[in-house]
Amino acid sequence: MSGAIVNLAYLVASILFIVGLKGLGHPRTAVRGNLIGAVGMLLAVLITVTDQHIVSYQVMLAGVLVGSAAGALLSEKTPMTGMPQMVALLNGFGGGASTLVAGAALVEELGRGSELSRQFTIATAASALIGAVTFWGSLVAFAKLQEMMSGNAVVFRGQHVLNAAVALACVGLGLMVVASPEATWNYWLLVAVSSVLGVLTTIPIGGADMPVVISLLNSYSGLAGAATGFVLNNNMLIIAGALVGASGIILCQVMCRAMNRSLSNVLFGGLGAASFEKMSEDTVYAGKVKASSPEEVSMLLENARRVIVVPGYGMAVSQAQHALEALARLLEDRGTEVLYAIHPVAGRMPGHMNVLLAEADVPYDRMKDLDESNPLFPQTDVVIVIGANDVVNPVARTDPKSPIAGMPIMDVDKARVVVVIKRSLSSGFAGIPNPLFAADNTVMLFADGRKAVNDLVFALKEAR
Amino acid sequence: MDGLVTTLTIFVLAIYVGVEVIVKVPPTLHTPLMSGSNAISGITLVGAVLSAGVQHNTLTTVLGFVAVVFATINVVGGFMVTHRMLHMFRRKK
Repeated sequence: MSGAIVNLAYLVASILFIVGLKGLGHPRTAVRGNLIGAVGMLLAVLITVTDQHIVSYQVMLAGVLVGSAAGALLSEKTPMTGMPQMVALLNGFGGGASTLVAGAALVEELGRGSELSRQFTIATAASALIGAVTFWGSLVAFAKLQEMMSGNAVVFRGQHVLNAAVALACVGLGLMVVASPEATWNYWLLVAVSSVLGVLTTIPIGGADMPVVISLLNSYSGLAGAATGFVLNNNMLIIAGALVGASGIILCQVMCRAMNRSLSNVLFGGLGAASFEKMSEDTVYAGKVKASSPEEVSMLLENARRVIVVPGYGMAVSQAQHALEALARLLEDRGTEVLYAIHPVAGRMPGHMNVLLAEADVPYDRMKDLDESNPLFPQTDVVIVIGANDVVNPVARTDPKSPIAGMPIMDVDKARVVVVIKRSLSSGFAGIPNPLFAADNTVMLFADGRKAVNDLVFALKEAR
Repeated sequence: MDGLVTTLTIFVLAIYVGVEVIVKVPPTLHTPLMSGSNAISGITLVGAVLSAGVQHNTLTTVLGFVAVVFATINVVGGFMVTHRMLHMFRRKK
């Protein structure tokens, strides 16, 4: 097929990607948006296989079959709690593919003896670097989220120096690829060192910062695709890659803002590393924490007109979302309004809590974000905090020296009564005690999240 | 050089389009947005398919094959899982 027709088809595919992403902007249009994106992808691939240089379809088809089977299996079998790992893994595969394609393109062009342009060599080096960092960084993120390795930050002395040295080595090797592309071992060496860089830069990032890392890797996978677009001189790849690159960066910003931290602080700082005099748990909690029972809490709920649930990662861990929605239905039958207030960094990736709640059939118009929720708390009878800690810690407002100072939090303490469902008084990722637990209007329900909510449902039914 | 400037122009403009479109996505949909955009970044599949099909030599064919597998997992897994998630967001009666 002639080049013009192929390129026009690529243009149509690019437009479909943009329209598709736009569709993802509203729950009503999102399913269609996603399908439009998929159609764009199908069109792009189908028009590509008409290329006259293709001599055989066997290898390509075999790859597509293997990949489709694996992708379909992953997407069907992964539970909603496992979404962050799954997306991390997919990011990695995208980045890895970009590196391999750029490598293959380099070998091909050299074999044909064609004159390599600057654009080609620079983009090839960039694909190697970004793609390999994405691939290995994503694998580390996956291993952390899947708990195949400790989710804690791995820090050691001289880490920054080592990382800087490895990064410099990458840049140096990249320049060598540009200067003498005919020495292909430079390219593979660059891939190897970039792989090391990907691992080294991801291990120091702890569990609570995972939403930022996944967003960043998402962005990288797009940029790797765009770099490959520069290698192949393919505008569609450049456009699609740029779209995804922008998307990841925006999500990164949203996450960082929600923690009142800069991106560099997340990537290099390490939470809790700064020196800070923390209040001892004894002074905060001693004699002030009130433990309650499901029966008492159910009485509070019976008389409430508005109840807001603030879920955190703990809710996901104990799989309490279905029990929560059962509780919400019971309360709604009594005429109580039940809303969910979701902090941007609750969970392990942007929007993770929303997906888990949607899985439990919570309608999306009952999920409120930070800005929508905070004005509601003063007119709320009962707030149920389940599995969240740092995002409801009033210290963020009061103590400018605390590690979470200035972080926008859910002002649950403004509600009439706060019920905190938690196993113990242990601290969250920030490692600081939470005065909310000792507040006059707070009662603690010490239990596993799902069990506690089931007990509440039972107690409410009994009371009828 | 002109070619590079043109592709660079397209790249920069596409980033602006991306920012404009994505800023409007509400937090509720951030996870599906990420998996959906992720699937789109599997567009490298186009390049992978060419490497695997052109079969310049054994090395490029092997690289192409692995790249096709990776990119297809990215594309198929991404779109399917997004579809699965978005179905849960449909308005419930």
